[in-house]
Amino acid sequence: MSALLLIEQILNGLQSGVMLFLMAAGLTLVFGVMGLINLAHGSLYMVGAFAAAGAAAATGSFVVALVAALAAAAAAGALIEMLVIRRLYERDHLDQVLATFALILILSEGTRWLFGSFPLYLDVPDWLSGSVTLPGGIQYPLYRLAIIVVGLAVAAGLFGLISRTRLGIRIRAGEADREMIAALGVDISKLYTMVFALGAALAGLAGALVGAIQSVQVGMGEPVLILAFVVIVIGGIGSIKGAFIGALLVGLTETLGGVLLPQLFGLFMDPSAATTVGASLASMAIYILMAVVLIWRPSGLFGVRA
Amino acid sequence: MNRETIINLLIALGLIAVPLWAIWADEPFIITLATKVAILALAGVGLNIALGLGGLVSFGHAAFFGIGGYAMGILASHAQNYTPMMEWPLLIEGTKSMPVIWLVAVLASALAALLIGVLSLRTSGVYFIMITLAFGQMLYYFAISWPAYGGEDGLSIYVRNGFPGLNTLDPAQFLALCYAVLFVVLFLSSRLAKSAFGLALSGARQNEDRLRTVGIEPFRLRLVAFVISGAVTGLAGALYADLNRFVSPTMFSWHMSGEIMVFVILGGVARLFGPVAGAALFIVMEHLLGGISEYWQVFLGLTLLGVVLFARGGLIGTLAGRKVTHD
Repeated sequence: MSALLLIEQILNGLQSGVMLFLMAAGLTLVFGVMGLINLAHGSLYMVGAFAAAGAAAATGSFVVALVAALAAAAAAGALIEMLVIRRLYERDHLDQVLATFALILILSEGTRWLFGSFPLYLDVPDWLSGSVTLPGGIQYPLYRLAIIVVGLAVAAGLFGLISRTRLGIRIRAGEADREMIAALGVDISKLYTMVFALGAALAGLAGALVGAIQSVQVGMGEPVLILAFVVIVIGGIGSIKGAFIGALLVGLTETLGGVLLPQLFGLFMDPSAATTVGASLASMAIYILMAVVLIWRPSGLFGVRA
Repeated sequence: MNRETIINLLIALGLIAVPLWAIWADEPFIITLATKVAILALAGVGLNIALGLGGLVSFGHAAFFGIGGYAMGILASHAQNYTPMMEWPLLIEGTKSMPVIWLVAVLASALAALLIGVLSLRTSGVYFIMITLAFGQMLYYFAISWPAYGGEDGLSIYVRNGFPGLNTLDPAQFLALCYAVLFVVLFLSSRLAKSAFGLALSGARQNEDRLRTVGIEPFRLRLVAFVISGAVTGLAGALYADLNRFVSPTMFSWHMSGEIMVFVILGGVARLFGPVAGAALFIVMEHLLGGISEYWQVFLGLTLLGVVLFARGGLIGTLAGRKVTHD
C-alpha cells in the first residue's frame, strides 16, 4: 500500500473521529453533569440532518442549513429535556434506558411520518466541492477537510467553554456537587436544560455535516449512537478529553481497520478468504478495542473510578 | 395466596385459553401470535434472571438470542443441504432434530455468556450496560460480514425441525411444545429465585458489601446467573428461528436487546410472570396498533414512556402492588 493512500485513510479516520466527537461530547456531558444515559441522542443527530436537508431545499444555502440544524436540534433537545428527561434524573439507569429507547421509537417513527421513508439528500455547496492538493501531492476532498477543521474548531471552542466561561464553571460544579451549586443560587434545572440543549446542538451539527456526505434518512443516528457510546466508554464517561481521544481512536481504528486488516490477512491467506476474514474482523475491531480498554482500565482511559 | 400469585394464575390461564379458542375457531394466525408470545416471553425470562434477580442491566441479550437462532440455522442448513459441518478430525453432520439443536443452542449461548460475562462483569453500572451492548453489536457485525451462513441476507430453513413424537408442522403442536418449554423454564426460574443461590444473588444486588462480609464473592454468583440467563435466551432464539424458519443478523441487533428488555420492564422487573405479561402486551399492542396505523411505533413509544414515568413496576407491579423487599 502506498503512503499516499495511507495518509488519505488517516485523514478519513480523522474526519469520522471529529464527527464522533461532536456526538460523544454531548453524551458524555449529559452523563457527567446529570448522570443520565441518553439513547435518544442519535435521534437528535437525525433531527439536525433532517432540519438541514429541509432548510437547504427551501433556501438553497448551506450555511442556513447548518444554522437550522443547530437550532432545530437544540430546540428539540430543550423540549425533550423539559417534557421527559427531567423526570428521569432521580431514576436508575434501567428506567433511563427504557424511557430514552421509547423516545427513539417516537422520534424515528415521527420523522418517518413527516418526511416519508425515502432518504433526502443534502448537497455539498459549490464553494466546498472539489478537492484540494495537500503537501506531498495528495488529492483530498475539500468538504471532508472542512469537516475536520470545523470539528477541531468546535472541540477547541467546547474546551474553552468548559474551562474558561461562567457556564463552564457551573457545568463542572454541577458534575462535582449538584446540591452545593443549587445552594449557591444557580438555577439547576435551567442549567440542566442548557447542557442538554448544548449536547443536542452538537449532535445536530454532526448530523447535518455528515448528512451531506451520506444520505439523510430515518435511523441514521443509531449506528453513530452506538459508536459514540463506544467512544465515551473508551474515554471514560463524563470526560470531554476522554471523549476526544476516544473519538479519534475509534474513527482511526474503524477506517484503517477496514483498509489494512484485509491486506494484512492477504499476506498469509488466499485473497478471497483474506477479504472475508479481514472484513469481519475490521467490523468488530472497535468493539475489540473497547473490550481491551475496559479490561485494562474498567472505567475508561480518563474515567474517574466510581 | 397473594395478589401476585392470583395475577400469575390468571395470566397462565389466559395464555392457555386464547390458543384453545383459536384452535376451536380455526384462527391459525392467533396461534402463531401466541407461539411468538411464548418464545419472546422465554427470552425475557432469561433476561429477567440477570436483570431482575441479579440487577445486571444487560443491553446485549440479543447476542444470546442470535447465537441460539444461528445454532438452529447452521445445524438445519447443513442437514437440508446434506453437507457435513466438519469432516476432519471427526465427522459432524447437521441435524433437523429439535432436542439436539436446543442442546447446541443452550451450550453455545452459555459459552458465549461465560466469555462475555467474565469480561463485562469486571465493570458495573453504565459501563456494564455499554459493554454488553458493544458485545451484542460485535456479533451483529460479525454475522453481517460472515458470508458462509448468508451474511446480511440470513438463512432460510425450508421445513420446520422435528421433535420426536410430535408433528411440529402443525401450528397447535408447535405451540404446545413452546408452552411446555416456557412453563418448565418458569418453574425452574421460580425454584432458582428461592434457592440459596437465588437469595445470595438477590443479596448481591441489594448490598454487595454485606454479602462480601458474610464470605460470598458476588462476581461468581453474577457470572453463573449471567450464564444461565444467556442460555435461556439462547434457547428462546433457537425456538424463534424455528417459528420463522429463518435467521438473520437482525436477531443480534440492539433493537432486539431493547425489545427483550422492554418485555421484562413492561411486565415487571423481577416478577416471575413479568416477561410473560410484557411479551403478551407487546405483541398484542404491535398487532392492534399495527392495524390502526403504519406508524404504530410512535404509540408504542408513548405507551412505554407512560409506563416508565407513571406505572413503575410494570403491569404486574401496578396490579399487585409494591413488592416487600428487605433492603
